Amino acid sequence: MLSSSPSAQVFAGATDVVPQIRGGRQAPEVLVDLKKIDQLVALTSDDKKWTVGAATPTVDLTENPGFSQEFPGISEAAGLIGSDQIQSRSSLGGNLCNGSPAADSVPAMMVNGTRALIAGPKGNRLVDVSEVVTGPGQTCLDSDEFIVEFEIDRAPSLTGDAYLRMIPRTEMDIAVVGAGARVTLGEDGTITAAALALGAVAPTVVRVTAAEEALIGTTADEDTLAVVAAAASEVCNPIDDKRGTIGYREQVAGVLAKRAVLIAMERAQQRNGNV
Amino acid sequence: MALTEENPGYKWVGTRPIRPDGLDKVTGKAQFGADLTLPGMLFGKVVRSPHAHARILSIDTSAAESMLGVKAVITGSDFPDLAANGAHASDIDVANNAIARDKVLYEGHVVAAVAATTRELAEAAAKAVEVSYEILPHVLTVDEAMADNAPLLHENMITKGVDPAPDQPSNVASRIVHERGDLEQGFGEADVVIEREFTTKPVHQGYIEPHAAVADANNDGRANIWCSSQGHFAMRAYTATVLGVSQGTLKVTAAEIGGGFGGKTVIYLEPLAVRLSQRSGRPVKLVMDRDEVFRATGPTSGTRIKVKMGISNGGELTAAEVWMAFEAGAYAGSPVGAAGMTVIAAYDIPHFLVEGYDVVCNKPRVAAYRAPGAPMAAFAVESVLDELARSIDMDPIEVRLANAAVEGTQASYGPKFPRIGFVETLEAIKEHPNYTAELGPNQGRGVAAGFWFNAGMNSSATVHVNENGTATVVTGSPDIGGSRQSMALMAAEELGIPYESIKPVVADTETVGFNDVTGGSRVTLATGAAVVDACRLVIEDLRARAAKTWDVEIDQVEWVDGQAQHVDGSQPPLSLNALAAKSGRTGGPISANASLNARGVGAGFSTQLCDVEVDPETGVTRVVRYLTAQDAGRAISPDYVEGQMQGGVVQGIGWGLNEEYIHDENGAMENPSFLDYRMPVASDLPMIECSIVEVPNPAHPYGVRGVGEVGIVPPMAALANAIKDATGVRLTDLPMTPIKVLEALNEQSD
Amino acid sequence: MARTHITTVINGDEVDFLTEDSTSLLNALRDEVGLTGAKEGCGTGDCGSCSILLDERVTCSCLVFAPEANGANILTVEGLTDAGELHPLQQCFLEGAALQCGICTPGFLIAAKALLDKNPDPTETEIRYALAGNLCRCTGYDKIVRAVQEAALQMREQ
Repeated sequence: MLSSSPSAQVFAGATDVVPQIRGGRQAPEVLVDLKKIDQLVALTSDDKKWTVGAATPTVDLTENPGFSQEFPGISEAAGLIGSDQIQSRSSLGGNLCNGSPAADSVPAMMVNGTRALIAGPKGNRLVDVSEVVTGPGQTCLDSDEFIVEFEIDRAPSLTGDAYLRMIPRTEMDIAVVGAGARVTLGEDGTITAAALALGAVAPTVVRVTAAEEALIGTTADEDTLAVVAAAASEVCNPIDDKRGTIGYREQVAGVLAKRAVLIAMERAQQRNGNV
Repeated sequence: MALTEENPGYKWVGTRPIRPDGLDKVTGKAQFGADLTLPGMLFGKVVRSPHAHARILSIDTSAAESMLGVKAVITGSDFPDLAANGAHASDIDVANNAIARDKVLYEGHVVAAVAATTRELAEAAAKAVEVSYEILPHVLTVDEAMADNAPLLHENMITKGVDPAPDQPSNVASRIVHERGDLEQGFGEADVVIEREFTTKPVHQGYIEPHAAVADANNDGRANIWCSSQGHFAMRAYTATVLGVSQGTLKVTAAEIGGGFGGKTVIYLEPLAVRLSQRSGRPVKLVMDRDEVFRATGPTSGTRIKVKMGISNGGELTAAEVWMAFEAGAYAGSPVGAAGMTVIAAYDIPHFLVEGYDVVCNKPRVAAYRAPGAPMAAFAVESVLDELARSIDMDPIEVRLANAAVEGTQASYGPKFPRIGFVETLEAIKEHPNYTAELGPNQGRGVAAGFWFNAGMNSSATVHVNENGTATVVTGSPDIGGSRQSMALMAAEELGIPYESIKPVVADTETVGFNDVTGGSRVTLATGAAVVDACRLVIEDLRARAAKTWDVEIDQVEWVDGQAQHVDGSQPPLSLNALAAKSGRTGGPISANASLNARGVGAGFSTQLCDVEVDPETGVTRVVRYLTAQDAGRAISPDYVEGQMQGGVVQGIGWGLNEEYIHDENGAMENPSFLDYRMPVASDLPMIECSIVEVPNPAHPYGVRGVGEVGIVPPMAALANAIKDATGVRLTDLPMTPIKVLEALNEQSD
Repeated sequence: MARTHITTVINGDEVDFLTEDSTSLLNALRDEVGLTGAKEGCGTGDCGSCSILLDERVTCSCLVFAPEANGANILTVEGLTDAGELHPLQQCFLEGAALQCGICTPGFLIAAKALLDKNPDPTETEIRYALAGNLCRCTGYDKIVRAVQEAALQMREQ
């Protein structure tokens, strides 16, 4: 169906598609409803990984106690997309493929090493979620491809994730800065693995590798966190727009990076043998 | 919740029954402006200018006209040229704002309109109208508009209120001045003088219901209009002006209205809908989408305000100097006049100079927004007053008590205040536990006060007694806040029959006498007074009929608790039911009209207390506690008085923290949606505690003072003062967004 | 363009209507089915006044394409009354003066019902966040939150 027309496109919840059509930014001739395919609205797990359909409504994630306990960061991020009304319809696939640098679910998905299964007439391919969005509003998908589902490996014990965002109100705003963090602790309580990703501060979501490296072997003490914050501010490449200024985004990226890492740490400490 | 004056034992006034229109609103039955469908109805769509300032070179409607389903296309040439007809300047502005003639003056200015058989066809036709423009340079702020050599919106605009009048046109429509005493002397007597400059951005009333109108024109020149508005008589008058017809040819019915706050006291779609209906011969529905509401309907003014005030160490204000420039948008008429009258009206200051300028710029024509002009003025003065109090180490309530206007004070704008309740609202705050509640880390507390004169104006009411002894109360004031309930409560009190026996109705322009708009906090006062007068005439009539029945003089008959009673009890009482049942035998149906221009308007005061928490690393401000004390005179309907208080506060919070119009360098609005025009949502707020103060207005039968507006006057200053208390930074530019707070915090720590 | 025939269950009744594929469910409900309770406040999912329950989930009907309703179960504000009896939320909104102009009320009632169906004993904070997708400009939300609290209490006691 996607091949039937050059302006054909898929949709799940259409929560971005409809405003874009109304605003004249898009005019597809054919819209394909992915929710009609069962696999794309599923949410399952086995002992290796969780599989989330690309069109699964985010409310299914936030209301799934197992998923939310294991990946509170992704769950909370999904729960921050819009309102309850939006979450009945919004999906990880839509949030990702809309290609907004400010998408709430992407930093959390990224730090958890999420993979996207892409299907098309030429076959399937599995890519890390960090490779999907190539620029604002742009993805690596061909016009006749779509994401089927996401895979997230089961979280090892002593691992925790978190997502924080800065918005001027308490809800209903697009993130001015978003920070996703994940840490894994060793038996001695120091960090053995760390991932930190920032949204809304660059054309695509960015990893802060300098911060990740700095955290290894530490307990996220104050000095390390200062390095984390500075690295986060440094990696930003934001714009001035109606939601935030360059200076503000750089400064607050550092603040949220620290706070997200601390929450991830706390969660990692609690997940000791509880899966 | 009365704090002053005992409730004099009213049976209905002051109670909290269910409002008469409530059932329809909770079941989805209530008909708002966009809910009406008529047989054969077409959908309209407006074509708007994408440019902030341009000459219209040509409009080609031929493609649109030939499209499938398109039944009418209109442009400015389909409307009379009022300027050529020697009309009044303000009427010309209304007509040119309704649809552009040779120039467009703002992005969103109407250029043409179409009507077609479906929404989709109307949208396609609107896109097919070809307009060519010569883009002109534009001005967006008072600074740009007042600059030397600024491009002019109106070539003939000579500033009024300046003597001698300027010999060159400019973008300054008028100047207002209030002065008293001797400024130099006044500042000389001060121990502390503080001078600050403030800027505010345009903010929209933000009603959730976009403008909507349905027009059904006959080919004899008459038309029926159904629209949501704050005053269907005013809609009729303005629409007739723009169409160039007599008012009597138009019948306007008020739909339920989904919020107005002043923004629906003017016309937008009505004349377009009528003309489209005339040209197509079918009813036409025209509804704005949210984008159009933002781009093309009046927000209130952005402003620049300079305030200099002096205070003695003992806490007396000695002098005040205020300079204000208000954006009017494309045509003259910002609320700078009301701002000038209210800015220091709450205080008794012996020496002052208030100067204000009404400045046009290439933005939508401003419309009234809840106490128009006063909130910006109060933001400035109440912020400076807070700083003055701090400078002499005086409590913010005490400094206001020391200078508060009271009965007998000569208001800064002229008249002597009759009995008013400002002091009582200050004391209500001071005595409330919130005033001393403990504050946590990063939290701060701010106080601010506000004044609004409220309005009287014209209202009419008719009261009919039905055959079964119930009564219908007919008025012409659209109900935007629950006024139907207040009318029913007052009528029940007057007639002495149960509230549930009263049916209040808002009638159309052919069925009730003239009513000025629902605005200015005037309906409970003025329309209420008309209802009370009509009820008293009905009671006169009922007494006369009882007298006739008993064959006695009318002075032998009293009306008590819904019955006619003989003064010496020599006759069994006659209930309203009984008199109504036999009204045919005693003179015919029982009803009475009253029309009035309300006198005895009571001014309104509000004092508010705001606690905030500011995140020092992100600048995000959260309101954690809020208390508002407002003098309602007499709260006819306490539920809905509280509703007005709370609604005004929350609009003020949005105005203070996040709401603003953002324009790009071409004068196009960048945030015309609720996503980026950030109004408060439920999770942003705490409960808004209300303290209803009652200092009855001696000139009203029930002591009423208008309550709809003054609540929005203090919040921005209360927030600014609270942020100062929490962080030490003083913000003088609205909105006080996290970005600005963090910038100020960064500067402070440098 | 040929219109599509949609069959759905609305407020417990089987209903069918014709629609263009690109028409929103909101406009289909209002223009084709004649249920004008759901309102358009923004058309972009930012105000919640078009909220309905779509297969038991609270949704902005302005963001749903009408054809998606085929085979679905829809609840609008008109369906809250049960044989003339008001839902406790409707009654509590009336008694608590939780509406002024009333344009946002249908959306709030639906969103509040969705909340209470999921969480019968919500805290004030939970109520406020669940209703964050519904804009009200008249009330400042105070009386709305109190009405939801009262309705929740009454529903728990039943």
